[in-house]
Amino acid sequence: MMPEPTTPDAIRLALHGVGCRFGKVTAVDDVTLELRAGEFVSLLGPSGCGKTTTLRMIAGFIHPTAGTIAMDGEVLSSPSGSQPPQRRNMSMIFQSYAIWPHMTVAQNVAFGVKLRGLNAATVKQKVERILDIVRLRHLAERYPATLSGGQQQRVALARAMVVEPRVLLLDEPLSNLDASLREEMRFEIRRLHDEFRMTSIYVTHDQAEAMVTSHRIAVMNHGRVEQVGTPYAIYNNPKTRFVAGFIGRTNLLEGKAQGRVIRFDGFAADTTLFAFAAELDGDATLSVRPQSIGLAGAAPAPVAGRRMWSIEGTVTQRAYLGEFWDYIVAPLGGNMPLRVSAPPAVDFDVGARVWMSIDPTQVVHVT
Amino acid sequence: MAQHLWPVTGRRSPGVMARLRHVEPSIGIWILLVVVLAFLIVNPLSRLLLSSLQDPGSGQFTLANFAAAYGQPRYLAALRNSLVLGVSVTALCIVTAVPMAWAVSRTDMPGKTLVGVLTFGAFLTPPYLGALAWILLAGPNAGWLNAAIVAVTGAEKGIFNIFSFPGLVFIIAIYSYPYIFVFTTAALKTMSSEMEEAANILGAGVWRTTLFITLPLALPAILGGAIITFLEAIALFGSPAMIAIPARYNVVTTQLLEFFSYPVRVEVAAAYVLPLLAVTVLLYLVQQRLIGGRGHVTVTGKGGARTLIALGRLRWVVFGGSMVVCTLSVILPLVVIAQAAFAKTWGTGFHAGNLTLDNFRFILFEHQSASRSIINSLAYAAAAASFALALALAIAYIVQRRLMPFGGVLSFLCLAPFVVPGIVLAIGFYAAYAPQPFALYGTATIMILAFTTRFLPIAYANASAAIRGLNPELEDAVRILGGGRITAIRRVVAPLLKGSLVGAWLLVFIPATRELSTAIFLYGPNTRVMSVMLLGLADEGALEPAAALGLLLLAVIIAIVGIGYALLGREFLARQGE
Repeated sequence: MMPEPTTPDAIRLALHGVGCRFGKVTAVDDVTLELRAGEFVSLLGPSGCGKTTTLRMIAGFIHPTAGTIAMDGEVLSSPSGSQPPQRRNMSMIFQSYAIWPHMTVAQNVAFGVKLRGLNAATVKQKVERILDIVRLRHLAERYPATLSGGQQQRVALARAMVVEPRVLLLDEPLSNLDASLREEMRFEIRRLHDEFRMTSIYVTHDQAEAMVTSHRIAVMNHGRVEQVGTPYAIYNNPKTRFVAGFIGRTNLLEGKAQGRVIRFDGFAADTTLFAFAAELDGDATLSVRPQSIGLAGAAPAPVAGRRMWSIEGTVTQRAYLGEFWDYIVAPLGGNMPLRVSAPPAVDFDVGARVWMSIDPTQVVHVT
Repeated sequence: MAQHLWPVTGRRSPGVMARLRHVEPSIGIWILLVVVLAFLIVNPLSRLLLSSLQDPGSGQFTLANFAAAYGQPRYLAALRNSLVLGVSVTALCIVTAVPMAWAVSRTDMPGKTLVGVLTFGAFLTPPYLGALAWILLAGPNAGWLNAAIVAVTGAEKGIFNIFSFPGLVFIIAIYSYPYIFVFTTAALKTMSSEMEEAANILGAGVWRTTLFITLPLALPAILGGAIITFLEAIALFGSPAMIAIPARYNVVTTQLLEFFSYPVRVEVAAAYVLPLLAVTVLLYLVQQRLIGGRGHVTVTGKGGARTLIALGRLRWVVFGGSMVVCTLSVILPLVVIAQAAFAKTWGTGFHAGNLTLDNFRFILFEHQSASRSIINSLAYAAAAASFALALALAIAYIVQRRLMPFGGVLSFLCLAPFVVPGIVLAIGFYAAYAPQPFALYGTATIMILAFTTRFLPIAYANASAAIRGLNPELEDAVRILGGGRITAIRRVVAPLLKGSLVGAWLLVFIPATRELSTAIFLYGPNTRVMSVMLLGLADEGALEPAAALGLLLLAVIIAIVGIGYALLGREFLARQGE
C-alpha cells in the first residue's frame, strides 16, 4: 500500500462554504470541513439532512452551487466546474454495495486496479492480498448473488480499498445489514481503517456507528453542519439542542435566567452551580442526560466541596428495560417532567416522592 | 496533477449550469434523437392533421374534406357501426373474461394452467388468421359446423353464417377477451386476501364477499381492460375486411380502405380518421386514471397461502365453460387451419387422399410474391425491432439518468404512438412520406419506419423498466474507481441489460411479424408482408394456401415465444402485459 504522508497535519480534503441547491430547495448550505490525511470523519444526521448530497459532491457525482472542494490543495469542485468522479482518485462504498452481479468477486475487486493500467501479475497480487485481508480469498471465484450480505459488504470494502484511494467515501454502508452483523461490521471497518489509515468520510444516521468508527463526527441538520468534534466531545458537550437530542437521549430544560437564578417550570437552580454561569441571561436551554440524574428517597445530604443540584419530584411513569429503569419524574409544582435512567437496584413505585440530584458539571448549555 | 476542470461558458446560474455541464459533450446525440423522433412521430401526426384541413390541389385551408368525410349517410353509418361493434365486442368479452379470470385466480377450478396457456394462445393468434379459420368453420354453406349440422340433423342448410354482424362481433371477441382476462387476473392476484377475510369475519359468505368486495375492488382493472378491448375492436382492420366486406357491412376501418382505393383521397381519410384518434386518446386517458390513479387496488397482500374458494362440483362446470371459450378461440381454429393447410380441398374433411404438401410448395416456391412476403415480414420485423430498441434504449438511458434536459418530452414522444391506432398511423405516414421529396410509398423503408413507430412504446416501456431496475450506484462505482461513462455502459450496463433487451426485442418482433393495419396502406408490389399476403389469398378464395401461410406465421410466432421463454423463463410472459 502507498505510504501516507508523514506530516501529521497535512490537510487531505477541504470543504469551504460548500452549498448545493436543487431549484428552490437548498440541500446543503455553507458546509466547511477539513480532514487531515488518515483521519476518519463521520457525517451524521437524520435522513434529508444533506449528508449524502455532501458525500456525492465530494465524489464528484453532484456539482456544488457554492463553495469549493479541494484535495491536497487542488480544487476539485466549484460552481464554475468539477472534475468528474473518475479523475479524483477516490473510491466509494455504496449503500447498495453496487457489487456488479455479472462479475466474480475477484473480477469486481480487480476492476479498479486494471483501469489503472497495472500489469496482470501486480493486479493478481493486489487482489489476493486485499481478499486475504477481508477474509474472502476462498470466495474469489464466486458470483456475488451467492454471497451473504456481510460477505458482499466485504467485497465492496475490498474493491474500494484495493485501489489505494486518496479518500475513501462510505455511504451508509451498513444500513442493509441486520443488527448483529451491523455491529460486527462497524468494528471491521474500524480495524481496516486502523490497518491502512485511509482518509475516510462515513455517512450514517446511526450514532453508534459513527461513534465506533470515527475520529471526529460532523453532525448535520437541514443542510448545515451543526457541530464537529470527537465522539466524546459531541456527546458530552453538545453545542445545540439538535446535537444534544440527536446523539443519545437527553432532557432539554427551557428556562429563564435572571440574576443568579435560572427558573424552570416548577423548579430552579443557582446559576453559580454551572461553569457557564456568565453565558446565562434571559431564555436559556440546558441539556441533562437521563443517566446524569441520581434518584434518592430522601433529600441528599450535602457533601463538602461538591455542590449538587437537587430537585424534589414525584415518579409518574416507569418502565424496566433490564439494563436500567426508565423513570419519568415530575418536579413538584410544575409541568416539566424529566426522564431519569437509574440502575436496576434503584426501585421506586409510581407516585413515590423522590429527590433528583444532578452533578452540575454534567449539565450543558445548548443553543 | 493538472487541472481538469470542465469548460463552462456563460453566466453562473446554478440550476441551468449544472445541467449544461452534462449537456455539452453529447448535445449532438440529443439533437439526433430529437430529429429522429420528429421524423417518426411528430411529422406524420401533424401531417395527418394538416392534410385534413388542406385542399389537396391548392394547399389552401378548407373544411371541404370534413364535409366530404361526413357528408354521406353511408360514411356516418360506418361510424355508428364501429361504435355498436366496439360496444358489443366489449360486452361479450366482459361476460366471458371476468368469470374466467375469477375462476383462475380465486377458485379451485381444475386445469388453470391449461386455461392460462390457451388464453395466451388466443392473445398470440393474429385476429385475421382467426377470421380465416372461422370462415372455414362457419361459412354459410360449406363451413364445417354447418356441414356437421346438415349431416346430423338432415336439415337443408346449416344455421351459422359468419358473414354477418353477430359473426363479426364473435370473431373479434374471441381474440380480444385476453385483454380483460389479463387485467382482471392481475388485479385479483395482487389484491390482499385480507380484504375478503375482513368481510368474512363480519359475517359475509363466499358469494356475498365475491359480489360486494372482490369484484368492486377489481372493477377499475376490469374497466381498464374493457377500454383496451373497445379500442382494439374499433381499430381492427383484418377481421372486418374479411367478414364485414362480404357481409356488406361497413365500419370505419373498411371505409378507410375505400378512401384509399383509386382515386386515393388521403385528405378525406385524414378527416375521417380524426374522431377515431380523439376517442382513442380520450379513452386511454380514462384507462390510465382507472388503472394508475386512486381507483387502482394498491393494497397488496403479504403473500403466503391464500385460501381459494372451493366450488365443489361446480368447479367442473366452470372449467367446462372456460374450455368452451378456449376451444372456440384456439383449438378449433388451429385444427381447421392445419387441416386446410395440408388439404387438397378443405371442404372434403380428414382422409388420407386429401393430404398434400402442395399448398406449402405453392406458397414457398410457385407463387410470385408469397415467399417474398415471408422474408419481408421477418426482415422488416427484425429491422423495426432493432431500430426501435436502439432508439428506446438511448432515450430511456438519457431520461432515467437525467443526462440531458427535456427528458420528459422525449419520453412522452416515445410513448405517444401507443394511443395512435395502426390505421391512423399508416395514414399519417402516407400523408407525410408518400409525396415528394420523400416518395417512400411502397418502399421497405416506409414499412420499417412505420413498424418502428408503431411498436416504439413497447420497446421504450421495456427499455425504461430495464434501466430503472439497474441501480445507478452500479455505474457510480465504475466512475469513482476511475472509469468513464462509456466504460460504465460497456462493462456494466450492457452486460446486465442483455437479457431484458433480448426480451424487449422479441416483444417488438412478435407483433411486427403479424402487423396488418399499418402495412395495408403502405405496402407496394415488392414489399408485401405475410399479413397482407394472407388477406390477399383469402380474398382470391385461395383458402388452402392462405391457411398454409397462416400456419407458417403461427409457427414463427410460437418459435419466437419459445425462444423468449428459453432465454428468460416466466419473466418473459410477465412483461407482455406492460
